[in-house]
Amino acid sequence: MYGGSSGVIVSVAERPQLSHLRALESEAIHVMREVAAELERPVLLFSGGKDSIVLLRLAEKAFRPAPFPFPLMHVDTGHNFPEVIEFRDRRVAELGEQLIVASVQESIDNGRAVEETGPRASRNRLQTVTLLDAIAQHGFDAAFGGARRDEERARAKERIMSFRDDFGQWDPKNQRPELWNLYNGRIRKGENVRVFPLSNWTELDVWEYISQEQLEVPSIYFAHEREVFSRDGMLYAWREGVELIDGEQVSSEMVRYRTVGDMSCTGGVRSQAATLEEVVVEIAATRITERGETRADDRVSEAAMEDRKKAGYF
Amino acid sequence: MTLDLLRFTTAGSVDDGKSTLIGRLLYDSKQVFEDQLEHVAQASARRGGSGVLDLALLTDGLRAEREQGITIDVAYRYFATARRRFIIADCPGHQQYTRNMVTGASTADLAVILLDARKGVLEQSKRHAFISALLGIPHLVVAVNKMDLVEYSRERFEELVAEFAGFAAKLGDRAKIVYIPISALEGDNVVERSPRMEWYEEQPLLEFLEEVEVAYDHPYDKQARFPVQWVIRPAGGAGESSDYRGYAGQLASGALRVGEEVVALPSGLRTRIAAIDTFEGELEEAQAPMSVTLRLEDELDVSRGELICRVEQEPTVSRELQADVCWLNERPLRAGGRYVIKHTTRGATAIVDELQDVVDVHTLERASAPEQLALNDIGRVRLRTSTPLAFDPYRANRRTGSFILIDEATNETVGAGMVGAARD
Repeated sequence: MYGGSSGVIVSVAERPQLSHLRALESEAIHVMREVAAELERPVLLFSGGKDSIVLLRLAEKAFRPAPFPFPLMHVDTGHNFPEVIEFRDRRVAELGEQLIVASVQESIDNGRAVEETGPRASRNRLQTVTLLDAIAQHGFDAAFGGARRDEERARAKERIMSFRDDFGQWDPKNQRPELWNLYNGRIRKGENVRVFPLSNWTELDVWEYISQEQLEVPSIYFAHEREVFSRDGMLYAWREGVELIDGEQVSSEMVRYRTVGDMSCTGGVRSQAATLEEVVVEIAATRITERGETRADDRVSEAAMEDRKKAGYF
Repeated sequence: MTLDLLRFTTAGSVDDGKSTLIGRLLYDSKQVFEDQLEHVAQASARRGGSGVLDLALLTDGLRAEREQGITIDVAYRYFATARRRFIIADCPGHQQYTRNMVTGASTADLAVILLDARKGVLEQSKRHAFISALLGIPHLVVAVNKMDLVEYSRERFEELVAEFAGFAAKLGDRAKIVYIPISALEGDNVVERSPRMEWYEEQPLLEFLEEVEVAYDHPYDKQARFPVQWVIRPAGGAGESSDYRGYAGQLASGALRVGEEVVALPSGLRTRIAAIDTFEGELEEAQAPMSVTLRLEDELDVSRGELICRVEQEPTVSRELQADVCWLNERPLRAGGRYVIKHTTRGATAIVDELQDVVDVHTLERASAPEQLALNDIGRVRLRTSTPLAFDPYRANRRTGSFILIDEATNETVGAGMVGAARD
């Protein structure tokens, strides 16, 4: 009785199956609109990485034709891949939205954060200082992030809307129950919520969605030739100023990145995947998790992510 | 046609094999990655395993949990087969069991209830079945586990089926129940039919999970419910879209079409749907659970919290309601208590007028007029709200029949409510 006889526009009734990507998309849009409606001053964290690229598309779907009801923010470690920064600025300009850049370098310069030293130095931990300072400075009470529960054990237990106290801390033992699709966004001044609309997505879902939506991603996600060196079983990008440890050699390899993070702790993988379709095929066949393969920051201990989240990290 | 995404919940304690079952589903569907497997192999060896992979360790969570050997909170797990994606809400059986089970069950299409073939129908399994039924989960799968320890006995299996069915009869006839004899440890009837139980001729667990229909497969079975989340109004100015006014939201149930006469509740304003917008363009029809933006023919004062539905298909609009409430907080619920209520996209204040009864989850008997509802208690209450709510009975509609209660002072989510019927 609901047959699509109207002709001009294809009736959804003719395809009663809603794909899992459409179901996940709808859930994420619902989350974003709830946060926009219930919190005073949200911000969307945009790193130029694939997950936050998906968040931007979801925000377009949630709020267009109006502008986003929140600004975008990037916590810039100063050690980002230049291709990613170039992409970030271009995408923001295309969208016509506002971008705030919170700089880890500034946190170091004004004494809020202390740079690690040695060949394994990373600014990964310092990002938390800059993030919390920026949240306080701008008075943000909600921050959207692209984290997913399939990424890591601690994340598997986190809520879609994750409450943080006024120190930015996550308390895994005392999370608010999250029932149906009814989110509790009530907080006191100084507290905030981290919001993860992609909680129920997997890495493969993200790539299939990027492919379905034909979203542009930074070039480092595709196979390219790069000067790299091997450390702890990972291939790191070589650049001016990197201290090599005994015996490490720089060589040229065809690599791509599965995650986009700080150059100092994000490894590339050997790959020939040069198009979105090839990347989807590669991810569907991979036998190693994305953080296990490419993120040194998770290798510090069995509970590295859990510890960082408690301290206010995403 | 079936939706290619299934959300299901499991509950249980460490020793009934729940973690092993989940580990088995992940492992046999080849969703376990090499680095995860390496972690499990190392942990198995460290904990004195005999060289056999302990699949339960795949679901290992937080450090505090590993240290104490318990599970603190609901964990969400993901796996996929060629036919469907799955989201498991993996609920611990111990501490705060009801709170966690209710949370996991609230979004589930199906519950897997584990029985230990040696031990029979334990309290925890009954509690899980009761909560699953209360939360309106349409399908229950009773997995009789550890069949390897009862010599794959058909007699024992049938005994347990009869025992469980006797209990389930008290739950009402809402949920469809399927019984499957399995061994999570050995893999019998999990992914493949077991050659050791040829007397069992039905589907193995995974095949059943792949084929079972979920609620959204039949959007026309339910009346349309569209809670307005957000009004899209681009700022006026030079832009051509400055007179645009769209009502954004997610269809909670049913379907809406352009041209239909609709009413916004509780305001009662009537109009027709002028257009259904999405980022991709206009649709002739939208179905649950799509997120869309409606434009209406008349300019009405409709805002967040209003519910749009077809005329003649309206839910109850009332400031008084009766509901089953699961209490989630250490500070008990008492008559006279005042809370923030969140129902669909609407917030209001609610006052508890009366505690009518509390359920004994072991016997399913209801004791009337309790003093309070303590943490993990489930009981029926009567509430009054500061503004009218537009709701359906939870039995008819899980989205428009559910609400949460929030403590005004601490902002904690303290109660989960399911609407019975409006007060007479």
